[in-house]
Amino acid sequence: MSNENLAKTENFRSTFMEKLRMGMTWQEYTRSLITPFNIVAALILSIGLPVIVMRFTQGLVVATHASNEYPWGLFLGWGLFGGVPLSATGFVMATAYYIFGFKDYHPLVRLGVLTGLLGYFFAATYLMVDLGRPWRIYFPMIMGFGTGSVLFLVAWHVSTYLTVQIIEFSPAILEWFKSKRVRRWALMITVGMTIAGIILSTLHQSALGAMFLLAPGKLHPLWYSPYIPIFFLTSSIYAALVMVIVVSTLCARFLRHRADDTFLNSLDRLTMGLGQGAIIGMYIYFALKLIGVAHDDNWGLLNTPYGHWFLVEILLFVLAPAAVLTYGVKTHRVGIVRFGAFYAVLGILVNRMNVSIVAFNWNLPHHLHHIVPPWHEVAIVASIATMHILIFRWIVNRMPVIREDTSYHELH
Amino acid sequence: MDKNLKKPSEPADPLSEQRGKAGDKPDADAIGDSLNFTRRRFMGTVAAIGGALGVASLTSGVKTASAKEFSGSSDRYGVLYDLTMCVGCRSCEKACNEENKLAAPKVPFDDPSVFEETRRPMVESYTVVNRYPNPKDPSKPLYRKIQCNHCNEPACATACPVHAYNKTAEGPVTYDVNLCFGCRYCMVACPYYVPAYDYNSALEPRISKCTMCDHRVKHGRPTACSEICPTGALTFGKRIDLIKVARERIMKNPDKYIDHIFGEHEAGGTSWLYISGVPFEHYGFPTNIQKAPMLENTKGFLSTVPLVFTIWPALFGMLYAATQHRSRSENGTDHEKTEEKK
Repeated sequence: MSNENLAKTENFRSTFMEKLRMGMTWQEYTRSLITPFNIVAALILSIGLPVIVMRFTQGLVVATHASNEYPWGLFLGWGLFGGVPLSATGFVMATAYYIFGFKDYHPLVRLGVLTGLLGYFFAATYLMVDLGRPWRIYFPMIMGFGTGSVLFLVAWHVSTYLTVQIIEFSPAILEWFKSKRVRRWALMITVGMTIAGIILSTLHQSALGAMFLLAPGKLHPLWYSPYIPIFFLTSSIYAALVMVIVVSTLCARFLRHRADDTFLNSLDRLTMGLGQGAIIGMYIYFALKLIGVAHDDNWGLLNTPYGHWFLVEILLFVLAPAAVLTYGVKTHRVGIVRFGAFYAVLGILVNRMNVSIVAFNWNLPHHLHHIVPPWHEVAIVASIATMHILIFRWIVNRMPVIREDTSYHELH
Repeated sequence: MDKNLKKPSEPADPLSEQRGKAGDKPDADAIGDSLNFTRRRFMGTVAAIGGALGVASLTSGVKTASAKEFSGSSDRYGVLYDLTMCVGCRSCEKACNEENKLAAPKVPFDDPSVFEETRRPMVESYTVVNRYPNPKDPSKPLYRKIQCNHCNEPACATACPVHAYNKTAEGPVTYDVNLCFGCRYCMVACPYYVPAYDYNSALEPRISKCTMCDHRVKHGRPTACSEICPTGALTFGKRIDLIKVARERIMKNPDKYIDHIFGEHEAGGTSWLYISGVPFEHYGFPTNIQKAPMLENTKGFLSTVPLVFTIWPALFGMLYAATQHRSRSENGTDHEKTEEKK
């Protein structure tokens, strides 16, 4: 009996290890890891990881400017405020597929969900590096209820939504383990999870903008607006669509051998469709930004240095990528649509960094000098971003994300 | 009335406490409701999806829209700071340091060299005095003591997701290090740039700010700084009385003072009140502070939360049902077509 159990355990262990090595022997696997990309990644991590250790042993002072006027920097500006809108992919793709019935987009749904899941996981990672006492991360859930705080809402929603996304992605993990029954259970609640995802995303995407409503005197009036929650929500939806184009493009280029024909053959057509959706979102967002200026009658501020930068943001980083995408879609050139998508993603990052860093404390003396991050902070951000890519690749290499597991095909 | 009726230890929630204190004000209830309903938000999530709380949440939202400003309970304490009387002796800094058992300063309190640069409250100093040139009489420089203003409705407390800040019934805004997880949103929210953070500590970083000597004020005793002030620049008392004193001084000496009590209305009003002979921006006071408490800025957004929790499931559930229905009837038609072919 016990022998049988032992054999079972040993059997499980060896299949599990084989799965981790993707069917290669240890030797083959180790050799396959030596690639130019991995060498660069290792270099970045070898600098960044020790800095992270320093941050946790000597305090934030070693990694940031440690300023009482600038409590937040790149960790939140890039990681949280920039990362979360680009991670709306899970909720947008799941809603399009399951709720609105865009069945053609099936090959991209899992990719969207995985991008979202990892995006939130790493947004939380950046937050943990930034928090003074990250081991108290659960405090808003149990210890103190700051119910009037927008950040309380964000804390609850991001953590709940992370759980929702794990459930949404779980079928891929379960297929990797060849589970049938548990996978069916996970699929049964898909629609419920998708709707939960819509609720949570609507609220916390806009809440990230609403957080700045408490700082009217600090955020430049062109970026501070009572509409800021709407700006953040609207832009997150088109951000998701262009992000799916970006990620699927990268997958088709660098992880092509993990994709199946359904994915590769439908990709150009689906990219066009996503681009079309993004264009609508971008023009609406652009119009909203103009309404925002009109609402507070801030036209006069446009011809100031910050006004010029604001114009750069909405013309060069919203309208221009929208025009590129429109041109690509109208002329049926998928390459141009892809370029427009990369451009639009950059635009989202520019906007979020403007709100949280560039236009924040704009009226303090030597402001622009203060917002240049020290190299330690950049090294930490670079190493977390590298881990993000490595873990994403690790998963796509093993689990059925951009391909269908043929043994489950009939179950769809 | 009896100020000791409400000890700060008693009400854990400053918002519910405000509600209790100002029960005679008709609008205070509405504010209390609208704030408390956010607490119900997560409790109510499950129920709200069923629609049970939907109506209740809706009415709360409506009340929020009509809620008026609430300027704090009337018998709170405050400090009136007459900037024209301050001579920069820094005895307040010294008294504060001793009262709060802070680390000894690098430069002694009687050394005027500190005035060479503009300082701000830090981890090791809850209050600092700065020197400014006097536009009226260059031979007599101006001085200003900086510390937490103890807002009536503090932005830091509104921002704090773990409820580490508390506005006590007597006036001080207190901070509980045992709850703080170091997100520093309070520093983002404070319009006066008051909270300071201990960036040097890896394991026990904390926010530092003036406590308004809560341990003294709750027994009706003045703050250490206002007790020690040798020139009478700092006057401790009931906020409501201090406003009258300030008005009287301005009225009697219209040439000496500018006609503005800083803190009477700024961000919903503060426990610390200032009168000055030169415009406040001369001392580096922020001049762009809104009159309404910062809380008002996020209230509208938070009131949409229960609506999203109730309306979204119905809306998107229905869309899902519509999609299913359409694909079923399409399949059905296909099925009929094949039947017909046969």
